[in-house]
Amino acid sequence: MSLDRSQKLTIAMPKGRIFEEAVHFLQQAGLQVTAELQDSRKLVIPVENAQLEFILAKPTDVPTYVEYGVADVGVVGKDVLLEEERDVYELLDLQIGYCRMMVAGMPDWKPTEAPRVATKYPKIASRYFREQGQQVEVIKLNGSVELAPMIGLADRIVDIVSTGRTLKENGLIELEHICEITTRLIANRASYRMKSGAVDDIAQKFMEVIPRSIR
Amino acid sequence: MTKPLGFEKPLGMRDILPDSLVKQRHLERALRKCIEPWGYEEISTPSLEYYDTVGVASAIVTDRMFRLLDKQGHTVVLRPDMTTPIARVVSSLYKDVPLPIRLFYQANVFRAQEKEAGRNAEFFQTGIELIGDASEDADAEAIALAVFCLRAAGVATFRIAIGHVDFVEGLLEEEIADEEVKSQFRTFLYERDFVGYRQLLSSLELPGESKHRLESLLRLRGGKGKIDEARELTVNGKARRAVDTVASLWDALEAYGVTDDLLLDFNLISNLNYYTGVVFEGYAADLGSPLLGGGRYDHLAAQFGRPAPATGFAIKMDRLLLVTPEMDGPPPARVLLCYTAQRRREALAEAQLLREDGLVVVTRLIEQESDVTDSDKAVYAKIICMTQKEE
Repeated sequence: MSLDRSQKLTIAMPKGRIFEEAVHFLQQAGLQVTAELQDSRKLVIPVENAQLEFILAKPTDVPTYVEYGVADVGVVGKDVLLEEERDVYELLDLQIGYCRMMVAGMPDWKPTEAPRVATKYPKIASRYFREQGQQVEVIKLNGSVELAPMIGLADRIVDIVSTGRTLKENGLIELEHICEITTRLIANRASYRMKSGAVDDIAQKFMEVIPRSIR
Repeated sequence: MTKPLGFEKPLGMRDILPDSLVKQRHLERALRKCIEPWGYEEISTPSLEYYDTVGVASAIVTDRMFRLLDKQGHTVVLRPDMTTPIARVVSSLYKDVPLPIRLFYQANVFRAQEKEAGRNAEFFQTGIELIGDASEDADAEAIALAVFCLRAAGVATFRIAIGHVDFVEGLLEEEIADEEVKSQFRTFLYERDFVGYRQLLSSLELPGESKHRLESLLRLRGGKGKIDEARELTVNGKARRAVDTVASLWDALEAYGVTDDLLLDFNLISNLNYYTGVVFEGYAADLGSPLLGGGRYDHLAAQFGRPAPATGFAIKMDRLLLVTPEMDGPPPARVLLCYTAQRRREALAEAQLLREDGLVVVTRLIEQESDVTDSDKAVYAKIICMTQKEE
């Protein structure tokens, strides 16, 4: 029985914040990236003669696709991995899509009796405040989280910050640093074994793009 | 919690309709036929067990067990696995039966689910336990039998990954003194977070050689050649013994002629604190989750009072169903035999004759021939009407 049969690799790509950077990374790694990947409305994009296929997914869904094995590997932010807690291999830190997970609030923020935190990342927020020994109420929002402290929905927010411009423009400041976020290469548990050749191959190509000092 | 609607079932519970069940039973028969000639005898144990016995000893975390109270107020669990009840039997009803003992089962187990769709809370397993043999050959027997089972079931492409828990443990002991740090490394491996593992590694003040060894662990996945690579990484003690065990295991598996379907993976950590030696996991092409899992668990039986080394595996039948071919041959033709009351005796006797000939015969009392509908004609290969009294 040949172990290298059916080694076609399906890669889930996050259509969002880090997409452009991730596509650029793939190109640097020598992957055949067609124009289709960048400006198509198609969700599944095969790459001719390359034993590759891309799935374009909402970033939060990338680990789900990979866990269930509809994609063999995926490119996704650590923020999503921390929030989704999916059972996947986290193979490489691609050192792109850099940002920070922060607690932010109004400059005059003071501890309140019944603290409320708005976030797109309820699990990360709950876990963080629990580790800090604080009990907070977490309100899940799906976007424009900065709005919450301004209109009094919550007194603080937990969100990712890259340049800090959005916070600044909305009069918020960074209060606490939770962790650093970068983009990761993840792999399905079965694909990691069944397609070990193809998975190792892509990991190796990616590895060569990452500066050696910070691998 | 909203009131369940009539069609709803508890989270993770499934109906198995006849078409699927036919295939499942067919696969179960194929596996049974494969396992029995190796000397394994089938065993059945209760669905309910005490939490304080089987529940506590099980490798499945309490969180995932269905817990109930019996009439006496004891906490009972729906069995979360079959290995633990079998260890209980071996230490009680079977306590005078000499080791080694070989048992197999085809049974349902229960594990509560939290996440959404796609995970069963009740699922069927076919598995074996080989209790009372600590040798590499016992590990090899379990792995070889797993290979033969997957072949017998008709899985086209599969691989079984093999590791040894003491290799990781020993390597960590050799290189890391701090218990806290060791456990962080273990957690990263268990969570399959190689990025976190590497970050922790680079944050430590360690000799370059140590860093190299711990980093290399992540790449110890492949064929026979990985045994020598693994040996080079170890200095002595536990990790070296683990490599030696895996080397003689591989020899035994070569003797079985199954190594083409195997893969060594020295960073495979299946279940913390449960497995004690060789561990393995089976995967199939186009299936996102492991198809089978197993390994050596030498400390379980002692918890029931009869210390004994043991190994075994369980195949998840719902996943096996997804990667096995449709059964060959159409199901036997179904015949509808309709009769009027006057011809009942004659018709039922005829039906029985046809059944003995191997046909599937369904009988129905009718008033007249026109009672047979068009949908009957679609369902049955043949319709026989016995209506008029024969002259």
